[in-house]
Amino acid sequence: MTATPTTLPAQGPARSKRGWKRVKKARAPTIKYTALLIFAVIVLMPVYILIVTGFKGVAETDPAHAWSLPSIWSLSAWHEAWTQLSPYMLNSFKLAIPATILSTALGCLNGFALSKWRFPGADIVFTFFLFGMFIPYQAVMIPLTELLSKLHFPAQLPQLALAHIIYGIPITTLIFRNYYATIPEDLMEASRMDGAGMLRTLWSVVLPISIPAFVVAAIWQFTSIWNDFLFAVFIITDPSQYPVTVALNNTTGSLVSAYNLQMSAALLASLPTLVVYILLGRYFMRGLMAGALKG
Amino acid sequence: MKNIRRWGPGLLLVSPSIILITIFVYGLIGWNVKVSLSNWRQAQPTSHYSGIGAYQDLNHDAAFRQSLAHLLVFTIVFALGTLIIGWTLALLLDKGVKGEGFFRAVFLFPMAISFIAAGIVWRWLMNPAPGNRATGLNVIFDKLGLHALANQWYLDSNPVIGGIRSWGMAAMAMPAIWALSGYVMALYLAGFRGVPEELREAARMDGASELRVYRHVVFPHLKPVTLAALIIIGHISIKIFDLMVAIGGKQGFNTQTPAVYMWIQIYDRSDFAKGAAIATLLLLLISVLVIPYLIYTVRSERRS
Repeated sequence: MTATPTTLPAQGPARSKRGWKRVKKARAPTIKYTALLIFAVIVLMPVYILIVTGFKGVAETDPAHAWSLPSIWSLSAWHEAWTQLSPYMLNSFKLAIPATILSTALGCLNGFALSKWRFPGADIVFTFFLFGMFIPYQAVMIPLTELLSKLHFPAQLPQLALAHIIYGIPITTLIFRNYYATIPEDLMEASRMDGAGMLRTLWSVVLPISIPAFVVAAIWQFTSIWNDFLFAVFIITDPSQYPVTVALNNTTGSLVSAYNLQMSAALLASLPTLVVYILLGRYFMRGLMAGALKG
Repeated sequence: MKNIRRWGPGLLLVSPSIILITIFVYGLIGWNVKVSLSNWRQAQPTSHYSGIGAYQDLNHDAAFRQSLAHLLVFTIVFALGTLIIGWTLALLLDKGVKGEGFFRAVFLFPMAISFIAAGIVWRWLMNPAPGNRATGLNVIFDKLGLHALANQWYLDSNPVIGGIRSWGMAAMAMPAIWALSGYVMALYLAGFRGVPEELREAARMDGASELRVYRHVVFPHLKPVTLAALIIIGHISIKIFDLMVAIGGKQGFNTQTPAVYMWIQIYDRSDFAKGAAIATLLLLLISVLVIPYLIYTVRSERRS
């Protein structure tokens, strides 16, 4: 790379040596790609099963056809899955969208104050929050259901949303705090010099550049709320208010239900988070990294 | 204190969350401990203190001890599996390959799927049913003539060592490894890329082969990543609940973990004190793992 073409004579043997090295090196990427492709096939195998089995008729779900493509692509299982799950998908949307918005907003306020408008003991408060991210929620579940039932909320879905908002505070705070840590301190000082107060600074200086953090936190919250089973199964006792994970487990949990229905139902219930992941996957990865603290 | 006008608003902004976290995390944990020490062992709530009876019951409860053994087997296989696979994937991607974005997306996408939905596919893949009801991997083994490999998967009740049952939990770890290897890969990949290129280059200048560069320069840098990954996988493992319910069902004795057993105590037996005692033990287990790590992380962050 650094050699100039004017020194040709000396380059003769060196070049051939390099050429030989290249042949040897060429094998390494092949092995690499083969290994990566094998892993990719294994990881995608359950998706293949979800898709092909979901589009089969009941007759083709027997062992002889277990791994083959459907001979006739049938929508009957999808139709059935939609009929059974759509009301619960709606519940999940009603739950996940407001809970995501509110817990993300709280995370933004906390993250800002804990990194850019600090008060004495801010780090202690942050650690105090963070522990809430790791606790097994089982350790609050019995009192939580007691407390929520005493609050006389009109319906159980808002109770569940409240739980997700509160227990989402640590992770959203973490995401915003890590993000704001990258904003130069001078920006805050300049704003203070201009006589702007905290809210003014937050609104007109910080919020306009916070979009990436909002996306990361919202994706993370939406995915975990949509996929949650534990809170839902403890808090929701009225079957008409089940979110989709609970309904899915109930429809497919009975081992008698046909495999084509099980698979189409599982895929249907996963579609919203999958779509979010496919559209915004890059941000999803950043959210993961935030979840790992400073790793 | 005289600067209260300066920092007061910040504290005010965080205070709603401080109040919520204090009540709903720490307050409820305290309340849960109180329930575990009460005589609330029937459907009607009572709050009379009655000592550590529920904990003593757990100590003599064979099913609970079994669930702890299950958790141990599951955690070891789950942690080793995700760490080895995640590390390998990161190593394969480290130097940049064509289509890296595609591979990363494929390895990470299982994170977007709930354990309930994933459990449905994996229940099919690991179906222990024989003959005309078989599905999944056993069918493949059968077709390939590898009859010896066909097994009972999560229903396997052969002991691992001594009284520690059972190998079924090792099978149960497979879907969890599938779900989280990509996460560990992402952690390691960031770790690999965090090694300053000058360090690698310096070692190469000293005549180190690429293998030695990895061994002596890159890998030592990954220790904090391994620690973080172990903490994350460990705490997920201790709480694991949905996956067992989705695959083994509530009553699947071979796949019962403490979190599932707690659920049974509450919903089927209405033994709230015992359920709360199990939850408290889970919290202690996680605290031992997480608190030193949190303190270490926040401290090292402040130092830098």
